[in-house]
Amino acid sequence: MKRIIYLLPMGEIEQIILKEIEQKVKLAFNLDTCLLTPIPNPEYAYEHRREQYFSSRILEQLTKLIPNDGLKILGVTDVDLATPVLTFVFGEAQLNGCAAVISIKRLRQEFYSLLANQQILLERASKEAIHELGHTFGLLHCDEKECVMHFSANITGIDRKELNFCSSCLSVLIQNCKDLND
Amino acid sequence: METGRILIVDDEEIMRESLTDWLKEDGYSVDAVEDGFKALEAVQKEKYNVMLLDLKMPKMDGLEVLKRVKEMKLDIPVIIVTAYATVDTAVAAIKQGAYDYIVKPFHPEELGSIIKKIIEHQNLVKENILLKKELSHRYQMQDIIGKSSKMQAIFELIRTVAPTKSTVLIEGESGTGKELVARAIHENSLRPEGPFIALACGALPQSLLEAELFGYEKGAFTGAVSQKKGKIELADNGTLFLDEIGDIDAKTQVDLLRFLQERTFRRLGGTEEIKVDVRIIAATNQDLKKLVNEGRFRDDLYYRLNVFTITVPPLRERKEDIPLLVNHFINKYRIETGKNIEKISESALQILMEYDWPGNVRELENAIEHAVIVNEGPIISPKALPNFCYATKSESKPTKEIEKSLQEIEREHIISVLLSTKCNISKAAQILGINRVTLYRKIKEYNINLDELKF
Repeated sequence: MKRIIYLLPMGEIEQIILKEIEQKVKLAFNLDTCLLTPIPNPEYAYEHRREQYFSSRILEQLTKLIPNDGLKILGVTDVDLATPVLTFVFGEAQLNGCAAVISIKRLRQEFYSLLANQQILLERASKEAIHELGHTFGLLHCDEKECVMHFSANITGIDRKELNFCSSCLSVLIQNCKDLND
Repeated sequence: METGRILIVDDEEIMRESLTDWLKEDGYSVDAVEDGFKALEAVQKEKYNVMLLDLKMPKMDGLEVLKRVKEMKLDIPVIIVTAYATVDTAVAAIKQGAYDYIVKPFHPEELGSIIKKIIEHQNLVKENILLKKELSHRYQMQDIIGKSSKMQAIFELIRTVAPTKSTVLIEGESGTGKELVARAIHENSLRPEGPFIALACGALPQSLLEAELFGYEKGAFTGAVSQKKGKIELADNGTLFLDEIGDIDAKTQVDLLRFLQERTFRRLGGTEEIKVDVRIIAATNQDLKKLVNEGRFRDDLYYRLNVFTITVPPLRERKEDIPLLVNHFINKYRIETGKNIEKISESALQILMEYDWPGNVRELENAIEHAVIVNEGPIISPKALPNFCYATKSESKPTKEIEKSLQEIEREHIISVLLSTKCNISKAAQILGINRVTLYRKIKEYNINLDELKF
């Protein structure tokens, strides 16, 4: 039974961020995690007109890169992500699929012309990672503002929510992971 | 997590996929089609909460799709989602009935909040309809309205007797709605599609009543120039409602009794026995038992009619229904008169609550019709109410006064005098035997609103 969530850094990502995400993801899903060797920035996903990277193109690529024993794969990048319909996204995932991607670019205080704050960045990155991986486990956006599955359209929304799943999302997650734990 | 069904219409696959993926994360059920023709097919097959429509598409453009959707009179809000935004197209789209217009790519919050708002509104409308249905089921039966326990008991009796074939006797004062009860029984019977024929027995002299009831053959009497069917015959396979049954003469009582026993009758001047299947509902505002005792009503007919009795209470015994009835009549006459009346003021309603309504619901309906016609502004004020609402109130004072404090009586008396003097303070003070300053002080003390009392 596949029980590993792989983390794949794309481009240069600080080790401390990757370690933090790995640890929090492990706790949130109670599954093994493994940090893969970094690969270059996803230039194939670059959209010249928008000067952004289309996250859906990255997801396609990630499904090809997941190791055989991998249950899920989470790409972590520092490029600005977007989709054809949205001006930006913090991350994207395949609902009930195996791939998810997050960008830390808009999670940094510096992006909003504020002083860098590592602690805040680590917390935001962990929340986004758990949120997007949550979608791969079939979780939808949640109405509870504090739940990690609540949809955040801006950075204050991410800061408002917690790292945890609310009880109803948790029960769906447990149900959807039942086969893994049997 | 949201629920709702969304149709995406976009010729670009990447747009359809991107939107679909994003909306599915919100919990929406999403269908996506690539052109206008497929969109028009889809909306006819499925019920969607929202349509997200691209503007620039080959074959049929978004504005044409929007136009056709509107022509189909489908109640589906359309949001134009386009990458090619111009003021002209936005104006054209909104003019053609688009709910909103947004430009791709959009901020993650933008489209989500529009869709959420639409679906929340749709859910509210649905909830409102359900609540209204529930309310109308609980407090209304056909045209009878009442939440009081007495009326709830009447509804229950109607539901019990309606599906049977039993003859029903409805008792109650004039204006209590006996005919409405009879109609409700008919509507809830096993043959509501059959005729409901009403006959006010008290309004006709004996000879005419017989002719009306049983019909006549040509030449049966002077003026009977052709055969005419009577109400009993017209009510075949339905219900015959005989109002004011206590007023029918002895001869017609015998004929009616015979009909109730045999279920056959002969037209006046006729020889043929005609068999009909008619349910009889009779009503009276008199004490039939008393009429029987006085020998004015046949006891055998009384027992034939009195199989199942429903006694409709007078309005004064179910005053808690007055606000509900008032709202119902305001709605009715607002539509009839086209006047913008929203509701009744607290003080005007208070006057209606205190009146004893000898003419019952019919009198209340007349009062509201009058008020809707004469009232100025959206809220019915006391001055729009007919005079009788005040007159009888003071007449009925002695029975109630014993329960009232001196201050209450003083307040009511001041209001009565102010009404009778059309709020002329000098005159009112003179009648009350106090000076104007004292009257003003009392008006303030008792919180009397002069504006509401002015005619």
